[in-house]
Amino acid sequence: MSLDLTLDGQVVPFQEGETLYEVAHRHGDKIPTLCYDKRLKPLGACRLCVVEVEGANGPLASCTTPAREGMVVRTVTEDLEQHRKTLVDLVLSENPKGAEITPLRGLASQELAQLSVRYGSDGTRFAGATSGHPRLDDPNPMILRDYEHCISCYRCVRVCAEQEGDYAISITGRGFGTRISAEFDVDLQDSDCTFCGQCVQTCPTGALGDQLALQYTDLPEPINATRSICPYCGVGCSVDLLTKGETLVGVQPAMDGPANEGALCIKGQFAWEWVQHPDRLKEPLVRKDGELVPASWEEALDRAAAGFAQTAARHGRQSIYAVASGRAPHESAYSVQKFIRVNFGSNQIDNCSRA
Amino acid sequence: MSNPLADMDKPDVIFCIGTNMTEAHPVAATRLKQAQAKGAILIVADPRHIPLARRADLHLQLQVGTDVALLGAMAHVIAERGLMDEAFIAERTEGWDDLREHLKSFTPQWAEEITGVPAALIERAAVLFAQADRGAIYYTLGITEHISGVDNVQSLSNLALMTGNLGREGTGINPMRGQNNIQGAGDCGALPSSYPGFQPVSDPAMQAKFEEAWGTKVDLEPGMTKVRALEHAGEKIYAMLICGENTLVSDPDKSHCERALERLDHLVVIDIFKTETAELADVILPASAWAETDGVFTNTERRPQRVRAAVSAQGQARPDWWILAEISKRLGSDRFEYNSAAEVFNEFCSLSPLYAGLDWDRIDGGGYQWPVPAADHPGTPMLHVDEFPRGKGLFKTPSYRDPAEVVSEEFPVWLTTGRRLEHYHTRTMSGRSTGTEYLVPEETLEVHPADVQAWGLKHGGMARMSSPRGSVLVRVASDDTSPPGTVFCSFSFSDVPVNILTGSGYDPITDTAELKVCPVRVEPAPDN
Ligand code: SF4
Ligand code: SF4
Repeated sequence: MSLDLTLDGQVVPFQEGETLYEVAHRHGDKIPTLCYDKRLKPLGACRLCVVEVEGANGPLASCTTPAREGMVVRTVTEDLEQHRKTLVDLVLSENPKGAEITPLRGLASQELAQLSVRYGSDGTRFAGATSGHPRLDDPNPMILRDYEHCISCYRCVRVCAEQEGDYAISITGRGFGTRISAEFDVDLQDSDCTFCGQCVQTCPTGALGDQLALQYTDLPEPINATRSICPYCGVGCSVDLLTKGETLVGVQPAMDGPANEGALCIKGQFAWEWVQHPDRLKEPLVRKDGELVPASWEEALDRAAAGFAQTAARHGRQSIYAVASGRAPHESAYSVQKFIRVNFGSNQIDNCSRA
Repeated sequence: MSNPLADMDKPDVIFCIGTNMTEAHPVAATRLKQAQAKGAILIVADPRHIPLARRADLHLQLQVGTDVALLGAMAHVIAERGLMDEAFIAERTEGWDDLREHLKSFTPQWAEEITGVPAALIERAAVLFAQADRGAIYYTLGITEHISGVDNVQSLSNLALMTGNLGREGTGINPMRGQNNIQGAGDCGALPSSYPGFQPVSDPAMQAKFEEAWGTKVDLEPGMTKVRALEHAGEKIYAMLICGENTLVSDPDKSHCERALERLDHLVVIDIFKTETAELADVILPASAWAETDGVFTNTERRPQRVRAAVSAQGQARPDWWILAEISKRLGSDRFEYNSAAEVFNEFCSLSPLYAGLDWDRIDGGGYQWPVPAADHPGTPMLHVDEFPRGKGLFKTPSYRDPAEVVSEEFPVWLTTGRRLEHYHTRTMSGRSTGTEYLVPEETLEVHPADVQAWGLKHGGMARMSSPRGSVLVRVASDDTSPPGTVFCSFSFSDVPVNILTGSGYDPITDTAELKVCPVRVEPAPDN
């Protein structure tokens, strides 16, 4: 049996167990949220996702309300938008610089800034003290803990517990004194934190930020994202490479990555600076009088080929061996084995999986 | 993996053996944690009390290198108690009667003697696994990097077959591949015994197929494994091309390896850094790196995915395929006329039945898992659904053997090696990244607190660790992750080259090195 409800005047199908937010989200993304991350259990804390349901006593949080047959739901009305604007004004009044966060801080870091544009809020409507307790003194070079921007959505705590199963951070205090801390207020590296960066990437205000990427804030070029795959283990997590011009400035997880669905570990998230490290080999080198010295591609390739030709002539074609990489892409491994098989007619080829 | 990663939160009993998954494959481990949160039972077999073992319902802390005894005893219990899946065995397998007979001597009491795991625990683990509706097995190099690596895998396969835990959601035998594209390197034919797509070189039909494609008749005789090639350097092997591998630091018996490479007349290294291995080369060719190169990686669940260039290559670095084509042209070949990585990949697909339905554009979104035999095929997330590659699943009868070297009066301690969360392989990459370097700037030797005291060591002090092949200096970390009598170290740091010590033996079938077990002696050393 197919289930239907009426969404902003349109009859739409849904599946048993879906929430109103999920149904609405599939049919256009008009409902604003701050505490929502689709991978986590809904919390219903920010109240931005409220919708009107005919027959209900007042608006309902769509992220926690199950869809039911025949419901008549309105997601954008003047009343709802007024209510949402008030909420955004309130959040921004506690977080006055919330609209000026660079996207380098994290994948979700623009969510509050975007709402401030949508609702024309600048944080001046309700002036008030900010509630965060920054831990800018945490010396780790990866995760910025700028809790001045914290709006207590607990997405970081929830992703750490529900998604990572690490329980490295928690909520301490209550009300206005509420804050996010590692157990016993220690630095992250002394907690159970594995530096997966998931808390950084789900933070909707940039209160948690990617320190490595933030080093590149002043580069003038626009940020570009290129979809790729993590170069470390065999899980094959999808990532977006952030670049400014010719500089690699960061990595963010891809929420639609088939293997990882938004998750990453410390290596995929934070271990990428080697790409443009000064130690990189930048030109061919050939050995002359015992020393490795720079050479042109022409010279180096000629030398490489001549050495193989001479060895084959002297010791036979089976005296040439090649080892392919388990880290380079297919085109590399395919070419290495073809190099041996086509040029020397042998199978003297292996990869590095035996060690 | 026989089953997709997405399946990992679906089993009701999870059996992890020889896999430090939270450190080596962290994102896969998050799925297991979610399975646990939904109520799945986790059984971990590992010599060390690794983080995964700390989360387990049952930790079978076996002596290093005794996996065949443990797994055989689990199978024994299942057979003796009649907990096997008779229907599955009858319909889909062969050799059950032989195995059943073979298992008779594998009593839990016998296995306790060898593995150190209490017989009652072995029985509980066996019963839990056998009674699972969906039981899944996950393993890594802790199973394969032994002289008995093949026997270990066969023992696992026996367990899965006898309990019918294959070809269904949330089941399977699932090796987690260590390197991002080690699966792909095999897929592409970088193996001494097979062409691209695992087509055997010894098959004359394949020889003819590739002669037609490439214009060269390739030997029917398989090549040597890398291990043998290094052994024969300067005798049968006189020139080598090594692409993107720091052989010297990652391979066992480092001094032997160094001498082998020095005996070559000609060594060409293609790499992104001047590694210890590259230092020995006659020619070093600079390769463009990840983030600079278009290409394909295939992950551990057989999913080809595109990597893309986001920045230009450093200096004059070039893609590997271009470099190999240029050398080949100079050797007189006209079979390397490529203009892009896409052309190379599409040629590979056209020659590999497993990839026949795929091409560069079709894998743009990473939506397929091989085999994909035809363009209209949806891919194969789960293997062995209706049959096995050979038809019926074959039970094998592996016997227990001691590791190549066992502890003695002179070398009384077991060393086992592995990975750490923060670093990867020989650290050419993670060692040049601020965060990972900050957290783990140097290697340490994990020693149980009781041993630290008994051997006169100090937490944070230095120790000398020796095997018959050499010795290294390393800082001591008192840590109860390793049991008394066993120490652990990673092979990531070149200033603590543990692979000077390893290399006691190789699996007779695969030539995989026994990197997981090496008897050593550990003594206090002066601080530096
Ligand atoms: S980095 Fe990962 S483990 Fe650490 S606090 Fe954030 S989510 Fe938790
Ligand atoms: S992010 Fe971590 S788990 Fe994912 S592929 Fe990279 S190394 Fe593996």
